[in-house]
Amino acid sequence: MKKLINDPSSVLAESLRGVEAAHSELKVDHTNRIIYRSTPAKKGKVALISGGGSGHEPLHGGFVGFGMLDAACAGEVFTSPTPDQMQEATKAVDAGAGVLHIVKNYTGDVMNFEMAAELAAADAGVRVETIVTNDDVAVEDSSFTAGRRGVGVTVLLEKIVGAAAEAGADLDAVVALANKVNDGGRSMGMALTSCTVPAAGKPTFEIGEDEMEIGVGIHGEPGRHRVPLASASEIARQLVEPILADLDFTSGETIVMLNGLGGTPLIELYIMYGEVKALLDSAGVKVARNLVGNYITALDMAGCTVTLMKADAELLGHWDAPVNTAGLRWGV
Amino acid sequence: MTHSTVSLNQLTAWLSSFEALVTEHRAYLTELDSAIGDADHGANMARGMTAVMEKIGAGTAAVAVDELFKKVGMTLVTSVGGASGPLYGTFFLRFGMTAGAQASLDGPALGTALRAGLEGVVARGKAEIGDKTMFDAMSPAVDAFDSAISSGSDIAAATAVAFAAAQAGRDATEPLVARKGRSSYLGERSSGHLDPGATSSAFLFEALASAITAG
Repeated sequence: MKKLINDPSSVLAESLRGVEAAHSELKVDHTNRIIYRSTPAKKGKVALISGGGSGHEPLHGGFVGFGMLDAACAGEVFTSPTPDQMQEATKAVDAGAGVLHIVKNYTGDVMNFEMAAELAAADAGVRVETIVTNDDVAVEDSSFTAGRRGVGVTVLLEKIVGAAAEAGADLDAVVALANKVNDGGRSMGMALTSCTVPAAGKPTFEIGEDEMEIGVGIHGEPGRHRVPLASASEIARQLVEPILADLDFTSGETIVMLNGLGGTPLIELYIMYGEVKALLDSAGVKVARNLVGNYITALDMAGCTVTLMKADAELLGHWDAPVNTAGLRWGV
Repeated sequence: MTHSTVSLNQLTAWLSSFEALVTEHRAYLTELDSAIGDADHGANMARGMTAVMEKIGAGTAAVAVDELFKKVGMTLVTSVGGASGPLYGTFFLRFGMTAGAQASLDGPALGTALRAGLEGVVARGKAEIGDKTMFDAMSPAVDAFDSAISSGSDIAAATAVAFAAAQAGRDATEPLVARKGRSSYLGERSSGHLDPGATSSAFLFEALASAITAG
C-alpha cells in the first residue's frame, strides 16, 4: 500500500485536522468528528445535517457551508458515524426550525441515524426529519433486499435543499423538496480498479487489466457484473441505458453529474461527459445544468458514476442560488 | 465441572474472550468482508471490543448484569458505527435489560437474556433466517441453548451446543445469496462466501462456551 499517510489508524483524525487548517470557514469538533460552519446559520433556518463513512470526500464535509449543510458527521473510512455524533450535531445546529438528516441508504447509516433520532426524541424540543437517498439503479429494488444505495443524487440534494433552507423554507417544505429531488434522481457507476482502505492495506478486490466492474457503489465493493473492459463510448452506453430504462427523462429538463470515484483524471471524466451528453442528446434528454468532477468518491478507486436528476424551474432556481462551500462554490 | 449459574466474572470473561477472538481473527473477518462487503468488519469489531474492555476495566467494576451490559452496548453503539455497532450494541443492551440487576444468571435466565438480545438484533436489522446475516448464526445458537437447558443440560453443555449450532449456521451462509446489508447489492455474486457477520457471531458463542467451561 502506497498512501500519503502517517498511520493507517489515524487517517480520519489527521485528515480532519487538515480540513480545519485549510478552511477557516469550517470549524471541526475533533472529539465528536463533526464539521460545522464557522459562522452558524441565522436563527430560524432549517438545519441540514449529513454524514456517513469517510473516504467519499468532498462529500460530506466539503459541502458544509452557506447554501448547503450546517454540519457533517464523519465516520471511519466507509463506516457510518455513530448515533451520539449525530445527536450532538443535531442539538448544536438546531436554530429553532428543526433539523433534516440526509442519509444515504446503507444498512449501517440508516440504523445509526435511526438510533440518533430515537436518542434525540428524548431531548425535547428538536424536531428531526430524515430523507434517505436511494438513487442507484444498479441495485434491483425489492422488499427482499436492503434497497437501492444512496449515491450521486445525495450531492445534488444537499445543494438544492440547502438553497431552499437558506431561502427560508420550513421543515415540511424542505422534506417535500428532498423527496422530490430523490424521486427524480437516478445513478449508475462503474470501476476500473478497486480501492485500498487504509486499515485493510490492500485493494478490496483484485481485477484484471482487461476487466471492469459495472454497477458499483461508492465503497470499493464489487459491482453487479464483471465484464471485459470497453471504450469510453461503450462504457457511457452501459451507464446511461439502465438509467433511462428505469426513469423517463425526456419530459422537462435534467441536471447531469459525471462524477469521478477518486482515481480517474479529469481529462478522462471529460471524455466520459462528452459521451454521456451525446447519448442523452440523441435520447431526447434536455440537459439544463451539469457537474463534472470528483464529488462523491471511493478513496482511490478508478471509475465514474453518472447521475441524472429531473429539474423544473423550482429546482433549477435552487441549483443556481449562491453556494459557498469547500466542494461547491458559485454565485458568491 | 457443572454449573447451575453463570457469574458476573464469567460474563466478563465472555466479553474478554470475544475481544480476543475478534482481535485474533481481525484480518480474517476483514478478508471475508472484502469479498462481499466493504472490508471493515474485522477492524470495526476489534476496535469496538477493545473499547468495551477498556470501558469495563476503568472505574469501579459493575455489580449487576444490567449495569455491565449497558456499558458494553453503549460502548459498541458509540465506537463502532456501520451496521455492526448498532446490531451488536442492541444485542448486549437488550441482553442486559432483560437479565436485570442480578449478580448471576441461571440457565433459563441466561437463555431468556440471549433470546432478548437476538430479538433486539431482529428489531434493528429486520433480518430473517437465510438472509445471509449474523442472524443465521445467532438464531440457531439461541434455539439450541434453550432446548439444551429445557432438556436438563447444565449451562456449560448448553453453551457448547449453542456454539456448535452457531458454527453450523455460519457455514450454512456460504451458498446463500444475501438479502440484507451491503452484500445484498452483489446479488448472485454474494453466493460462495461465508457471511462476515455470521462468522463474528459464531465467535460470540465460541467465547461464551469457552468462558463458561474455563470458569
